[in-house]
Amino acid sequence: MFSIPVFLESFWPLVWAARYTLLISVLGIVLGLVIGTLICAARLSPYGLLRRFASVWVSFLRGVPLLVQLLVFYYTLPVIGIDIPPIAAAVICVGICASAYISEIWRGAIAALPKGQAEAATAIGMGPRDVWTRVILPQAFSMSLPALVNELILLVKASSLVSVVGILEITRASQAQAATTFRPLEVYIAAAIIYLAINLCLAALGRYLEHRTAV
Amino acid sequence: MDFSIFQQYGPALLRGFGITILCWILGTIFGMGLGLLIALVQRYAPRWVRWIIQAYIEIIRGTPFLVQLFVLYYGGPLIGLRLDALPAGLLGLTLYGSPYFAEIFRSGFRAVPHGQIEAARAIGMTELSIVRRILLPLGLVSALPALINFSIILTKETVILSIITVPELMYQVNRMSAETFRYLEANLVLALFFWVLVETISRLGRRLETRISKHLIERT
Repeated sequence: MFSIPVFLESFWPLVWAARYTLLISVLGIVLGLVIGTLICAARLSPYGLLRRFASVWVSFLRGVPLLVQLLVFYYTLPVIGIDIPPIAAAVICVGICASAYISEIWRGAIAALPKGQAEAATAIGMGPRDVWTRVILPQAFSMSLPALVNELILLVKASSLVSVVGILEITRASQAQAATTFRPLEVYIAAAIIYLAINLCLAALGRYLEHRTAV
Repeated sequence: MDFSIFQQYGPALLRGFGITILCWILGTIFGMGLGLLIALVQRYAPRWVRWIIQAYIEIIRGTPFLVQLFVLYYGGPLIGLRLDALPAGLLGLTLYGSPYFAEIFRSGFRAVPHGQIEAARAIGMTELSIVRRILLPLGLVSALPALINFSIILTKETVILSIITVPELMYQVNRMSAETFRYLEANLVLALFFWVLVETISRLGRRLETRISKHLIERT
């Protein structure tokens, strides 16, 4: 039967382990933003080769399960002689995966901007650089904020997969707890509740941003 | 790199591939069915039932698939739910997919013009035949792209079943690499394989979409 004391006892160690979940997802999305912006720029660039590279990048990373990406990445690094801490490897891998989705979010937001905006800016004499940095990008950014928060929620959930490479985040910590207490039901439900709490907060943030940008 | 291991482990890998496809197809069908049911119930049920369903949707969408599988597979026996890995995985996939499918169906139903339903009511069609003859056919067409899209996402989720020891492709690949120490080759091939699979399915999906929505374009 479900035992409340076991459930409560397993709660706090998992909340403590949540710091790694948050660390990996937040750093992952920051890295994803950086790479994703570059990929999106490559996709919209006038050079065919760059565009081709970017579209293969996006299609590969969106077509391969994150778990497989993690393992490939994890096993490739030692082969090519790179030795970095597992957390850094996890952040890089999650960030690279996120970059594919983020570059598509950017692309969608830029495509959704009315064409007249760029035309009007050009018509009043702004150079192409100003058109991008002062007209297109700021609007695209505020438009895609809710989608980015959504991506962060996906990353929080995806970060449970880095448990397979041995990082002590919520899922891994709950596996360890379940193994020592022999009460997997309580422990895993506690883990689920922590994830749910994080994601409901993020979803509320997303709704707030959506509301604010809609006005 | 050495790819000769794939000869020796070929049959096991093929078996794993079969189970991956089985999990994907059954998970998609059951998940879609449950999702459709949820969407319909949410449309017609009293408010308190809708609240319960909404809570279910939030819980499934707010937690990682892996944790759901752990609750089901390792936690299930404590409340008398004793399942083998494969049925547990299928049930997990169904439960995981259903709220996403339900949301897709819901927005598909919302895209059906309200006048159509009012007109049907006005000529005296019963609620059941309105669902069967108007809501479903029209809603499904507008939900189709999103349905295909989410089915493709589910192919990628099947690899997570390997963690609860469902003997699908990823599980076989892991076993092979543990026995031969060829981790890199095995996972690289797996990655390429999934890339091809997902690209193929999305091409097919796009073709299906254009075929089914062709009449809409012709008419307008």
